[in-house]
Amino acid sequence: MLVVAIVVLGIGTYTMRLGGVLLRERLELSAALQRLLPMAATALLAALAVTATVMAGSDFAGIARPAGVAVGALLAWRRAPFVVVVVAAAATAALLRLAGVH
Amino acid sequence: MRTIQRTHSADRALLRDAAAIAAAMVAIGASFGAIAIAYGLPTWVPFLMSTVVFAGGAQFLAVGLIAAGNPIAAVFAGLLLNARHIPFGLAVGTTMGTRWRDRIVGSHLMTDEVVAFTLAEKDPARRRRTYWLMGVTLFTSWNLGTALGVLLGGATGDPETLGLDAAFPAGLIALILPSLRDRATRVVALLGSAIAVAATPVLPAGLPVLCALVGLLTLVRFKRREA
Repeated sequence: MLVVAIVVLGIGTYTMRLGGVLLRERLELSAALQRLLPMAATALLAALAVTATVMAGSDFAGIARPAGVAVGALLAWRRAPFVVVVVAAAATAALLRLAGVH
Repeated sequence: MRTIQRTHSADRALLRDAAAIAAAMVAIGASFGAIAIAYGLPTWVPFLMSTVVFAGGAQFLAVGLIAAGNPIAAVFAGLLLNARHIPFGLAVGTTMGTRWRDRIVGSHLMTDEVVAFTLAEKDPARRRRTYWLMGVTLFTSWNLGTALGVLLGGATGDPETLGLDAAFPAGLIALILPSLRDRATRVVALLGSAIAVAATPVLPAGLPVLCALVGLLTLVRFKRREA
């Protein structure tokens, strides 16, 4: 039962991954629609980042995580290298928690 | 000569980014492996999930529901959470290559981070290299992390102590920031994010993020103003 559930989840996920890719090739997309697709992906990634920043389940995530992400986002905006952004965000959140701020 | 040097330094930067994200993936993969074992699930469960499903969020959600004795809910919740891969696939398209082998293998490597890295790259040849480099790196590090978590159990520690829960959103923001310079994209992304956050307490996991696509409706207004 367990193995079936995992394999079905895997096949379903893979089908959605491959499905989008194949659909893109099959469809004759207008230029306007082609411009829309990366925009849609960016909106999804932004929503993913923002919800993962401020929410933990259906509650607010507290202070440490949003503060860490904010530091990272600020550095990214100042065109800091990706590695710096990621490490600074993690370090900020970790240090705040170490100081008892969650 | 200068072009070659520039390419080399861009490649080095890409490898450095890949190494950073791989390190984070090993740590989070380890916590996934450790949690699955702590739930009392058989050892093969985290391994099978990390290779066959290969989607972090869905895997954490699914092991929780399986451990709670509800594998059917695990399947549905996981699929709902992964539905965003359809629009991701539409956006990425043939970046991974047009041969069947490329599409069949490449599609499995598609994750949020791979899509974000790929879309941040404008040159088609570099885009393709980015997709594959990130995809293979993340798949390898995620599975390596899972194995470490299963072996070490609780000794791997909590990723929150390391602040990794802040690292991933920050990384995604850094990657999409250049495309947010375009005003229409920015409006769509901000509105979409606000809708997703507002929907999070009321909708099941996965749906709120998909609701962000509603933000695309603002373009209707934009277009009318342009015309």
